[in-house]
Amino acid sequence: MTDWLMALAQTLLFVAMAPLLGGWIKRVKCHMQNRAAPSLWQPYRDLAKLFRKHTVLAANASWIFRATPYIVFGATVLAAAVVPLVAVNLPTAAIADVIVLVGFFALARFFTALAGMDIGTAFGGMGSSREMMIGALAEPVMLMAVFTLAMSASTTNLSEAVTYTLNSGLVLRPSFIFAALGLMMVAVAESGRIPVDNPATHLELTMVHEAMILEYSGRHLALIEWAGQLKLMIYLVLVANVFFPWGIATEMSPDNLAKGLVAIAGKLALLGVLLVTWETVMAKMRLFRVPQFLGFAFLLSLLGMLTRVVLESGL
Amino acid sequence: MSPLIFAYLALAGALASGVVSLGADRYPHLLRYGSSLFLGACGLLAIVAGGWAMIDETPATDVLALGLPWLKWHLRFDPLSGFFFSIVGLLVFVTSLFAPGYLREYTHPGNKQALFALGLFSGLFVLGMLLVLLADDAFVFMISWELMSVSSYFLVAYQHQHAANRRAAFLYLLMAHIGGVAILLGFGVLAGFGGGFTFEAMRDADLSATWASIAFALAFIGFGMKAGMVPLHAWLPEAHPVAPSHISALMSGVMLKVAIYGLIRFTYDLVGDIQWQWGVVLLIIGSASMLLGVLYALIQNNLKRLLAYSSIENVGIILSGLGLSMIFIGTGHVVLGVLGLLAALYHILSHALFKGLLFLGAGAIAHACHEYDLNNMGGLIRRMPQTAVFFLIGCLAISGLPPLNGFVSEWLTFQAALQAPALESGVLRSLIPVAAAVLALSAVLAATCFVKVYGVAFLGQSRSRRVGHAHEAAIGMRLGMGLLAVLCVLFGIFPSAVIGVIDAIPNQLLGQGPPSAAAHGWLWLTPISPRVASYSAPLVLVGILLFALVAYAWLRVRAVNIRRGDPWDCGFGSLNSRMQYTGTAFSMPIQRVFAPVWDLKVDIEETVNPAQPLRTEGIRHQLQVHDKSWSRLYEPIGRLVLAAARRIGLIQTGSIHTYLAYSFFTLILLLWVVT
Repeated sequence: MTDWLMALAQTLLFVAMAPLLGGWIKRVKCHMQNRAAPSLWQPYRDLAKLFRKHTVLAANASWIFRATPYIVFGATVLAAAVVPLVAVNLPTAAIADVIVLVGFFALARFFTALAGMDIGTAFGGMGSSREMMIGALAEPVMLMAVFTLAMSASTTNLSEAVTYTLNSGLVLRPSFIFAALGLMMVAVAESGRIPVDNPATHLELTMVHEAMILEYSGRHLALIEWAGQLKLMIYLVLVANVFFPWGIATEMSPDNLAKGLVAIAGKLALLGVLLVTWETVMAKMRLFRVPQFLGFAFLLSLLGMLTRVVLESGL
Repeated sequence: MSPLIFAYLALAGALASGVVSLGADRYPHLLRYGSSLFLGACGLLAIVAGGWAMIDETPATDVLALGLPWLKWHLRFDPLSGFFFSIVGLLVFVTSLFAPGYLREYTHPGNKQALFALGLFSGLFVLGMLLVLLADDAFVFMISWELMSVSSYFLVAYQHQHAANRRAAFLYLLMAHIGGVAILLGFGVLAGFGGGFTFEAMRDADLSATWASIAFALAFIGFGMKAGMVPLHAWLPEAHPVAPSHISALMSGVMLKVAIYGLIRFTYDLVGDIQWQWGVVLLIIGSASMLLGVLYALIQNNLKRLLAYSSIENVGIILSGLGLSMIFIGTGHVVLGVLGLLAALYHILSHALFKGLLFLGAGAIAHACHEYDLNNMGGLIRRMPQTAVFFLIGCLAISGLPPLNGFVSEWLTFQAALQAPALESGVLRSLIPVAAAVLALSAVLAATCFVKVYGVAFLGQSRSRRVGHAHEAAIGMRLGMGLLAVLCVLFGIFPSAVIGVIDAIPNQLLGQGPPSAAAHGWLWLTPISPRVASYSAPLVLVGILLFALVAYAWLRVRAVNIRRGDPWDCGFGSLNSRMQYTGTAFSMPIQRVFAPVWDLKVDIEETVNPAQPLRTEGIRHQLQVHDKSWSRLYEPIGRLVLAAARRIGLIQTGSIHTYLAYSFFTLILLLWVVT
């Protein structure tokens, strides 16, 4: 029972921290680009404001449009619940393995794309169509990357996989490096960041994710934004904990948990800086360059897989 | 008492539904109600019979005094037959609910088509499918197989006033018979070594590895052709869509499965000694089928054609599961082979449910607004709210999204693929993950495809007047679709319970059940062990609902009003339905990325006013998609056959003297050979 409570607490922490990570990334980005930075708490203020605001629905919006924010939020929070953040061996990890995790994102994407088409504006359809294309190319890459790991650890359970990396110590595995690179590129593409998409744009020709959710306002928009921040955090936590799990708590003692918390905060802050550097030096790509970007990511993951089969089969 | 009694009653029901419709041209109600009543009874009996046969461990056998004097009809009802029997029964039952409402316009006095043919051949078609599953000798098998093929030919050709339908039907008949010949030859090989036409004799046949492979190849071509595998699939998207929708549901939902049944029966049961090379062939063909099937589906705008192509994709997933299973069995990892087989069986069940549902949905749309073209639909969620809910469940299930049934089977296939490190061969170890990546790609493309279908057909604004005035489907049609939708959800949420029943099949075929798939209770699905992988569909559903409801309730308490307003139109004035993304526009990015896959012809016609040559008055964009297998495979073979026929035709002079001379010389030659 305490395990389940711990898992619930970790999920709540996950959900509560996601906007903070968004604020951190925004702040670092502003500093790096010589702009005045908003406060670290700005995303919370934005969410609070959106929750208070009136919701305006298009006249012909169907129930799908109204249900989508809740489904997206629910699926993303459940996805956060199965990813080990501060501690491993929590019972929620058994509910869904990494393939189901990808399924949760697919479910959220499916409904967001439907909502984009619900009103019948050109923007919504355009965003849905593009988002589904990017998703179609990104998901195989993600699965290839996690399969590489799953084959080494002979498990798709995230908690077990993290334990496996912890126990095998700091050995250099070429396959893991390839897989981690592939996964990071997918994380960039899937969370709608430069060079694939630009979360800050509202220019018709370049919008992808923003175009789909253009008609959302008020609390619906708040939920979708929150889910988006959560999704980015899940990806970064995956990269951080699966490939560099050191520091994560394996036992439920307070000092271990505190250590785990500090470790993950440090790793996320570092990954945030990395992401910002990447976004600052890269320019946004044309839409039809994205397949090449993701094709490269697929190649990396495939290389990781082949390296695993050819070089590390004895390990 | 044995399950065979119920099976016989089901067969009788199918026959009766055919016979009763003979009077349908005089009394149309006989078709709508009489024939449907018997089909419904047949379906229920088949579900009971199949379920019983799966639970009953010992197979029931019977010999009927029918057929040839020296070869009576041998029938056998074991768990494998039972599984397919209940799937067929389920879809037949649902169809019988759907048919009375759907057939209303067919029985309209203005309709001049022969009604008796529709009812008679539907009955015979179901009878043929059920009988194939019971057959225990090659003779009954081929007879009922042909009954199934020929009666479905008449159903495909039912609306024969359109030339395209006649062409599709002919192509279907032709391909069915080429496949039939391959199957017959496959049985011939087994019968030759086993010394008899009964399956009992074939099981005992002592085959060398080469002959076993030849038999497998023949059966694979024959059954694969019927199942619609790439590159022999080109007939399927022509034939399945042109039948009446409830028949399309049966053809795509279960007739393809009967072909898969044939393949499983032939390889696992009759040949028995499985070689891993066969699995590699299945895996490669399966991967090609799923990827090409879904890519072709994505670019279609005719709803039923799109669904037919998507059947090819799903057959590909089933074949990949079987391929994995054969690779593992052939290399001695029987436990993992069981996992692959279970994945394939689960997908057979899932696909029957959601494809049946989607075809019935397409039928309901066609019934409501006489429209198959996605680009003329739109906004149906407001006109047909309940159908929209059922169709959405079908779309979610076929896209492989948790927690529905399509996801369970894809997850099991992934789990089977991830066991590749157990294999010794490095080539296989690297081939299987690539196949898994192809499966992942197809699953997301399927999701893209069904976002397109649902978004264009049900959401947005209606694109034509007829669609704008569509009406909700009749109660029976909604019942049929609703039942399938509920089953899609239930089979998605309780996979462990389902696997607990269907593991009788690997027990029967391989003598081994899954290690621990359902060992941890109904809540958990753990195909290998809890450490390796676990999935709890009930908790996933509860989790998503819980978090969504918490968010909803929390926001509800602090409720702020919702205001309705106009959507953002960039300040240009009101939006109209022509500004929406169409189906073609939606699939355009994918079409550009995977351009070499299709034979595409884009026509852009520009009308220019001659007085003002710089001003375009109108643009017409037309996209034609052709299946590459036509130009690459079918047409060359067709030309070859024609050329050969012309050569052979030379010996036909038309003069009786020459023919007498031919007979005379043949006789002399034969006499010489004999002596």
